[in-house]
Amino acid sequence: MARRDEDDRPSPESLLREAGETDGRGRLKIFLGAYPGVGKTYGMLQAAQERRREGLDVVVGVVETHGRLETEALLRGLEQIPRRRISYRGRVLQEMDTEALIWRKPALAIVDELAHSNVPGSRHEKRWQDVEELLDAGTDVYTTLNIQHLESLNDIVQRIAGVQVSETVPNHVLDLANEIELVDLPPDDLLQRLREGKVYAPRQVEQASRNFFNKGNLTALRELAMRVASERIDAQLLDHMSRHAVPGPWPTRDRVLLAIDDSTMAKQLVRAARRMAERQRVPWIAVHVTTAQDYGGRGGTGESADEALRLAETLGAEVVTLYTESNVADELLAFARKRNVTRIVVGHRQRERWRVWLRPDLARRLLDAAGFEVVVIGAQQTKPGRRQLPARPASRPVDWRGYLMAACVLAVAGALAWPVYMYLPLPNVSLVFTLGVLIVAIRYGLWPSVFASVLGFLIYNFFYTVPYYTFTVFRQDELFTILFFLIVSVLVGNLAARLRRQMQAMQVAVQRTNTLLEFSRKIAAAASLDDVLWAAGYHVASTMGGRVLVLLPDADGRVEVAAGYPPEDQLDLKDRSAAEWAWEKGRPAGRYSDTLPSADWLFVPLKSKDKMLGLLGVAFDDHQSRLTLDERKLLNALADQIAVALERSQMAASIEEARLISESEQLRSALLSSVSHDLRTPLVSIIGSATSLKAYRSQLSERDQSELLRTILEQGQRLSRFVENLLNTVRMSHGGLRLQRHWADLSEIIGRAAENVGSGRAAGRLSFDLPEDLPAVRLDPVLMEQVLINLLDNALKYTGESGVVGIAARQTNGVLEIAISDQGPGIPPGERDRVFDQFVRLGSDDGRPAGTGLGLSICRGILQAHGGTIAVEGGPGGRGTTVRVRIPVDPMPDPAAESSGQEQGTDMPAASTGGTGHG
Amino acid sequence: MDRQQTLLIVDDDIAIRRFLRITLEANGYRVCEAETGRGALEAVAREQPGAVLLDLGLPDIDGQRVIGDLRQWSDVPIVVLSVRGAEADKVAALDGGAHDYVTKPFATNELLARIRALLRARRDGPNASTQIAVGGLEIDVPERRVLVDGQEVKLTRKEFDLLHYLAGNAGRIVTHQQLLGELWGKAHLDATHYLRVHVGHLRKKLGDNPLQPRFIQNEPGIGYRLQVPAEDTS
Repeated sequence: MARRDEDDRPSPESLLREAGETDGRGRLKIFLGAYPGVGKTYGMLQAAQERRREGLDVVVGVVETHGRLETEALLRGLEQIPRRRISYRGRVLQEMDTEALIWRKPALAIVDELAHSNVPGSRHEKRWQDVEELLDAGTDVYTTLNIQHLESLNDIVQRIAGVQVSETVPNHVLDLANEIELVDLPPDDLLQRLREGKVYAPRQVEQASRNFFNKGNLTALRELAMRVASERIDAQLLDHMSRHAVPGPWPTRDRVLLAIDDSTMAKQLVRAARRMAERQRVPWIAVHVTTAQDYGGRGGTGESADEALRLAETLGAEVVTLYTESNVADELLAFARKRNVTRIVVGHRQRERWRVWLRPDLARRLLDAAGFEVVVIGAQQTKPGRRQLPARPASRPVDWRGYLMAACVLAVAGALAWPVYMYLPLPNVSLVFTLGVLIVAIRYGLWPSVFASVLGFLIYNFFYTVPYYTFTVFRQDELFTILFFLIVSVLVGNLAARLRRQMQAMQVAVQRTNTLLEFSRKIAAAASLDDVLWAAGYHVASTMGGRVLVLLPDADGRVEVAAGYPPEDQLDLKDRSAAEWAWEKGRPAGRYSDTLPSADWLFVPLKSKDKMLGLLGVAFDDHQSRLTLDERKLLNALADQIAVALERSQMAASIEEARLISESEQLRSALLSSVSHDLRTPLVSIIGSATSLKAYRSQLSERDQSELLRTILEQGQRLSRFVENLLNTVRMSHGGLRLQRHWADLSEIIGRAAENVGSGRAAGRLSFDLPEDLPAVRLDPVLMEQVLINLLDNALKYTGESGVVGIAARQTNGVLEIAISDQGPGIPPGERDRVFDQFVRLGSDDGRPAGTGLGLSICRGILQAHGGTIAVEGGPGGRGTTVRVRIPVDPMPDPAAESSGQEQGTDMPAASTGGTGHG
Repeated sequence: MDRQQTLLIVDDDIAIRRFLRITLEANGYRVCEAETGRGALEAVAREQPGAVLLDLGLPDIDGQRVIGDLRQWSDVPIVVLSVRGAEADKVAALDGGAHDYVTKPFATNELLARIRALLRARRDGPNASTQIAVGGLEIDVPERRVLVDGQEVKLTRKEFDLLHYLAGNAGRIVTHQQLLGELWGKAHLDATHYLRVHVGHLRKKLGDNPLQPRFIQNEPGIGYRLQVPAEDTS
């Protein structure tokens, strides 16, 4: 709706509405009539035909011709969507096929009778909801409406025509209309047409005209329709002025406040307030004040108030529920002042005069307050037979226990009063009874306490006043005592009972707060998505008392059940489509809602600020017919909290993902810098030495020349080792490292490794501790040499120029053990495992001896392929590092295989000679 | 030869030190070595070398810090030798006070040429002098006159300031940031397009061919260097 709140600038809404189709919504045109038979459908079809001739894609969703021939003729040439057949209670009914229509997506859809109620089991309860969906889908809609079906006029129509209309359209649908065309026909003409049988089939005419179609009714309805249409034109004019910033006397800041009480006239009040707000074009607020009394009695808002509040919500009101202990008027006035309310609408109930005198009703007390315009609306006499609202729920079964206990307590009090009576003056006896009444009031509430007061009065009178054992009183002072007792005990009982109600109300409120608090704590503590889902399911189930589902979108963006309490993962078709609808539209759907109410589950969207995260589904086992406003609010509050928690856990997950990516990114760049550093460093010496040799050979001494040549050679070997390591790493990571096991002499392998590491560098710095009788072992000699080269290279690097690297080997119990010790700085115990990871080198980026950081990881890979282990320990004497290699070895083959073993011992165990020996 | 200059080689890789020592000694320099950053600082204090060849990846303290520490008390020319080839590393080192930056691996002759240029520019005297002569370029600072091969060239104020600053640091890379901060102020440190425009004009007026620059050499992404011609190479 286009409403101005604070100023006269064009409101965004009005601009949007002006823009019409630009937001992708369809345009709605309503053909409004005062009563059936004015020719709305006819007019609509005429317009449709005209659009069709203009070349527009026009499709008829549904049209009721009521057998009128002229109307039927107009349908010719228009495409019609076949109706859907729905069986309901054994009858097959036809309904508009909304889905097919949306799927067909015409430019203009013709949908007759906006106020129609769909057969239970349809997509929506009401046809206007279907129309809303069509508009959402971007289809223009022509539709018809009789004024009597407009929600806010409902009771006026009832008053005028005496007809209760159950099929209503909320006013905001009227506001959706981009255009309203009033189809007018004077009452006399209509009556004429009726008589000619042009409106209804002849046999219905008589009945209809008697009940409804009399001239008085028709004139009143016609005036009503015209008024609505003209108000509408008025509104458009205002909109226009506002859009073009025409200064005018815009009502600003005014608000209408409607006080809703829990009575049958609540809905009537809502409609009246809506009309008032609409006429003044101001926002309105519907307020219901619940008192301690409500809580004591029922727990929450009453049914009538609840329905009225929902109605107010659909009519565009802001709905507020306030709580107070007892003083409704003060609470209302405080709220009204806070919200700049100028006018308060309140209902007035006929009450007995004495009750008004005892406690002035709300209207009167509001009238006493200064500063407000108070509109009091009297209850409309509804004829008993016409009442559509269910009678107030039959008063709760009387709790006889309270009265029984009251009788017992008073009996005890009567007995206890005897000794008091014996020794103390008479008035003291009344105290005993008052005590009894007090107890009853606190435990059982008001009415049992009143009952106890009367009972006390009788017992007192019967047993303790002269003449005894009669209900008559002779002495005047006794009469006063006993009367005062009655008054005091009723008052005390009343007070105590009120105290009890307030306590109960507080307990309910506290319990609810605690529930929410505990829930928010639980869900805030839940770290992972699973925890959040479980906490959500469990808690909502225990709070609301039903079954709970949480649905989340899957990879394709379809909602799927993600968690359930109790666990459940299947939804039947109806619930499934309700869930999908709710997911698509971001609005509640399913049971207790306007959309697909025949489903078993209610689905509430879990929305973060700007996107849908999932759905919360609830179902109650006892098929209760409605959710109270309190339950709705609680459900929404829970849904909000779940949404927050879901969003948080999703955020945490994406942060974790980003962290992993950045870590692997870091690893890659570490690899790159490491490889580039370690490949280049030897190249620096090689290129530098070579260019020096080339350019300055003549200026260099023999010794220097051979030094440079040696550098080139050594660094070339070093480069080749790096490349070998890199290749092996690649092979290992592709699972392509195959062992070529042969019988080999370990001393030889160690010798070659020592040589490869660099004769110059290693000279005199390696100390060997190898037993003479080290047996031959069966392993891959090439790869084992690589292991030893890497280990020796490392050891020499870290030991420094002057240190000594020790190599020891021995075989015990079928395990070959090689230990290589350096005298370097050592490795802290905590880091000793890490050195075997790829690209890990201790120290900063390139500020340590060269090495790819691949060596040890390759060693480990090779040894694991041999079934062996490698470990880093502290060096001998606590200095440096010892790397200990253990390989299980097969025993030497027996004489049978001796020849091959012999052969093996002498041969170089090159990879190409594989195949000898067996394992 | 009168330049029995001492050069300090700082590198943790023994092979690199070895070939550098042999090469530099063959070219008539005296050479001392350091393996670590701390060793380098000590060696500079002890040996008073004519230039330092510094590796950035040192086992104890990072080379960039060595430059910073050295600059606290010494203006010895520093040539960075590093495998780190990223512009950011170069700019950081040069801004920190290094005179030149050579990416490993390098050809020995190139390194030697850089060292010679540095040492010569240094020998040519303090750069605050009123008359600067570099190659065929003569600059009269108080008169704000510039002669190229004896021919006077008219320069705008900015162009003269630019040339003067480069000449004052002849042979040495001056980073974009140093130039911008000096000539345009701290607020324009990112305005490298100013530099491009003015260097372009300056080159045109000096008759410098950008493809084979005689005077102003571009170090892409890093800065400019006024070349010291190698006419007296031995």
